[in-house]
Amino acid sequence: MKALSITNLHKTYPNGFTALKGVNLDVEEGDFFALLGANGAGKSTTIGIISSLVNKTTGDVSVFGYDLDTQVSQVKSCIGLVPQEFNFNVFEPLDEILINQAGYYGIPRHIAIQRAEKYLKQLQLWDKRREMARELSGGMKRRLMIARALVHQPKLLILDEPTAGVDIEIRRSMWEFLKQINKQGVTIILTTHYLEEAESLCNRIAIIDQGITKEQTDMKTLLSSLNSETFVLDLNTHNNQLPDSVEGCQLNQIDTKTIEVNIAKQHSLNDLFKTLSDNGIDVMSMRNKTNRLEQLFLNVLDEKLPASHNE
Amino acid sequence: MTFSEQFVAFKTIVIKEYLRFIRIWVQTLIPPVITVALYFVIFGNLIGSQIGNIGEFTYMEFIVPGLVLMALISNSYANVVSSFYGSKFQRNIEEMLISPLPNYLILIGFISGGMARGIIVGIAVLTVSLFFSDLNIYNYPVTIAVFLLTSILFSLAGIINAIYANSFDDITIIPTFVLTPLTYLGGIFYSIKMLPEFWQQASLFNPVLYMINAFRYGLLGVSDIPLLHAFSLIIAFIVILFLYALHLLNTGKGLKH
Repeated sequence: MKALSITNLHKTYPNGFTALKGVNLDVEEGDFFALLGANGAGKSTTIGIISSLVNKTTGDVSVFGYDLDTQVSQVKSCIGLVPQEFNFNVFEPLDEILINQAGYYGIPRHIAIQRAEKYLKQLQLWDKRREMARELSGGMKRRLMIARALVHQPKLLILDEPTAGVDIEIRRSMWEFLKQINKQGVTIILTTHYLEEAESLCNRIAIIDQGITKEQTDMKTLLSSLNSETFVLDLNTHNNQLPDSVEGCQLNQIDTKTIEVNIAKQHSLNDLFKTLSDNGIDVMSMRNKTNRLEQLFLNVLDEKLPASHNE
Repeated sequence: MTFSEQFVAFKTIVIKEYLRFIRIWVQTLIPPVITVALYFVIFGNLIGSQIGNIGEFTYMEFIVPGLVLMALISNSYANVVSSFYGSKFQRNIEEMLISPLPNYLILIGFISGGMARGIIVGIAVLTVSLFFSDLNIYNYPVTIAVFLLTSILFSLAGIINAIYANSFDDITIIPTFVLTPLTYLGGIFYSIKMLPEFWQQASLFNPVLYMINAFRYGLLGVSDIPLLHAFSLIIAFIVILFLYALHLLNTGKGLKH
């Protein structure tokens, strides 16, 4: 069953600005779906329309078969929303924010209290439950919004840049949590500017550009369509002389013990290593250029490496 | 939503609204009581003793209904306008807008919050008035009905103000430049029969006059306005403002893009 179906969605704001010029999306039940696009591409407007915070101009939206125009109450019941901006009452304690949110969905107070405890514990906020929301750190506020979005146990969770401004350790723990609830059957739609986040979490992806859906496919297909990949190679010995050329590769010396290789997708890494070996260059380790700093940072946090090895 | 789910949702808004003003009771409940107590001392006791009776009542007895209703009006209005605009400003109104709560329940929930504060302050002021005058309520049903209906009416007005407001200035303009003059000129301190003919007729365009006189009838048994006119006007205003506020919520005015 389709968790979300959007057909030819248009939105023109009263000031004449057209944010959406024909967005089409199909999200299957159980998907972990990435909605990507540059700033102003129309991601937040699309999410606003799905969650009834923005009135659409034209187009059709249905959520788990319920039509947004004629069955808005059912649509709303299916959705949990984590917006981009903090939008809770900062003068309320955390548990009240969750209990009230459950109440708006008609969940009796005694059940709402149990749910609030469950999600506050899962998101490591239980110790802060009686504190005012304004006293939380940025990462805690993000987690509070996720807990609030889950308290009525929605079938579709929409997260609009949930890890923006969150440190790497918390981001990783949020990823694990989101993977877990996705495995439990919650369909998730995620917008993010961290592409590694989308790559790590999502099985399907759509790219919106200037209010139009440019691409919609599964993650593997999209990644396999990449023409080249960049690797960083750490060398065993100091080296100042790179091979003149390696077919399908662009080599770039970073320092005497590190080179960067951009290799076309159709070329084998074996050819590269053979050429390097023939030139007396001994490769100790290799990694994708992306996420390198992130991985080092996490290693330090996990105390796998002494901090002095970071250089 | 089923009826029982709607009831849970409604109760949630009412409790939330009630806790909001109770948490800050020093700001919300005490100041209006002190202000009105000063009115009783200065206007009722000190100046009132020089004025003498109005009809068969002392000046203090005459001004009690108007001052009680003034406290009710300003607190019902202030509670809803500040709570609703605060929710809009912090965007936590979106918690309700994304939920399946019907808009009429949002409306009734906020009205109930406004009524709760207005009624608590109104009763507190009425209790304080007992220190200054012997009050025997003339007609309980009329007193209670006017008390409740006026609170509903000004809670609704507060919501409409909050929906249109784009800044905190906008939620003080109406109370300062519209509500306060209408209330003071609504016959709290005088009977319109004391005014020249022209101003008597002009006063009839002030809706607050009808409420204060209906409440005065409930407490004292005297009114410058026929009771039927007063109730008709209050109920008509409630229906019009309720439908208008609901229309604004349905269209998402000031809340949705």
